[in-house]
Amino acid sequence: MAINIFLAILVTSLATYISRFLGVITSKKIKETSKIFKWFNCLAYSTLSALLARIIIFPAGALVEVDYFIRFIVVFICLVVFLISKRNFVYPTVLSALLLAFLSSNL
Amino acid sequence: MINTKYFIKGFFCIKSANSPAIALFASFIAIGALFKSIGFSIQESIFSTLLTYALPGSLIMAESLILGASLLNIFLAVWLVNARLYPMTVSLFPLLTHKSQPRLKYYLACHFIAVSAWLIMKENYKSVKRKYRLDFWIGVGVANLSVAVLATALGFFIADYLNKDMMIGLAIVNPVYFTCVMVGAMKTIQMCLAVILGSILGILFYFISPEWCILLGGLTAGTLAFFIGELHGN
Repeated sequence: MAINIFLAILVTSLATYISRFLGVITSKKIKETSKIFKWFNCLAYSTLSALLARIIIFPAGALVEVDYFIRFIVVFICLVVFLISKRNFVYPTVLSALLLAFLSSNL
Repeated sequence: MINTKYFIKGFFCIKSANSPAIALFASFIAIGALFKSIGFSIQESIFSTLLTYALPGSLIMAESLILGASLLNIFLAVWLVNARLYPMTVSLFPLLTHKSQPRLKYYLACHFIAVSAWLIMKENYKSVKRKYRLDFWIGVGVANLSVAVLATALGFFIADYLNKDMMIGLAIVNPVYFTCVMVGAMKTIQMCLAVILGSILGILFYFISPEWCILLGGLTAGTLAFFIGELHGN
């Protein structure tokens, strides 16, 4: 490996902490009842959704090995399980791992 | 310093039924195993989760190291993927501020911002007195970070026993959990639009720029959702 792992870890944590730090500074001037606060709330949820969609459709890491269609089916089935189980979070999460591991080893 | 009663109350939120603990655990086991496979030591793996904690950033770092990217490249890639922590902080910390809390505590407590702890806090802040919300938050954060660190260590040690299919299974847990959470959060027009437009635009912007798609897609979608929601009285 060309560069020092320790330095890479430090750089990664610094790049991550910056956004949190700037967030605290901005928070000082924002009231929870203001429109700006609501806007930031929308931004938080939409960026999280954008990240999720990206991870599912254009993943990095182990998920690359699974066909796009299989990933999509698994997420869809788990979402249906979530909705019909009266919004239980445990069933869909456990099911997702088993289902995808099964499908990727058998298809 | 920290109110112990509220710290403990926050800490044990990790045990609740809709807690992100399972998703957090599964995804950090995968990260621990990944770290081992790219040549990290156990100390470096634990150190990395402890210092960064936000998962997509760690994944980017690992991939960049495999590709032999420079430190500057790693910095930019991680910053871009983790910049979502900025709106997340701004949409959480105004709820935690109280004049009795020292300023420095906020700068330390913001380290715990990652989607799992953030969601617990968003759901529970109303039940905690404003004065103690920061202490409660620190409890939530410490619990989540502990789960992440333990899972990283475990993943590192069991890496040799995890085959490819198991790694794939572990990798899907986190996205599925958070997809459920996002769907669960769609209670107003504004939230529905933020989530739906965010996913669609995140993907569309990927074709323009894979690096910037999360930020540009999120910014456009969130702003649209906000204005449409305001026009319809939320």
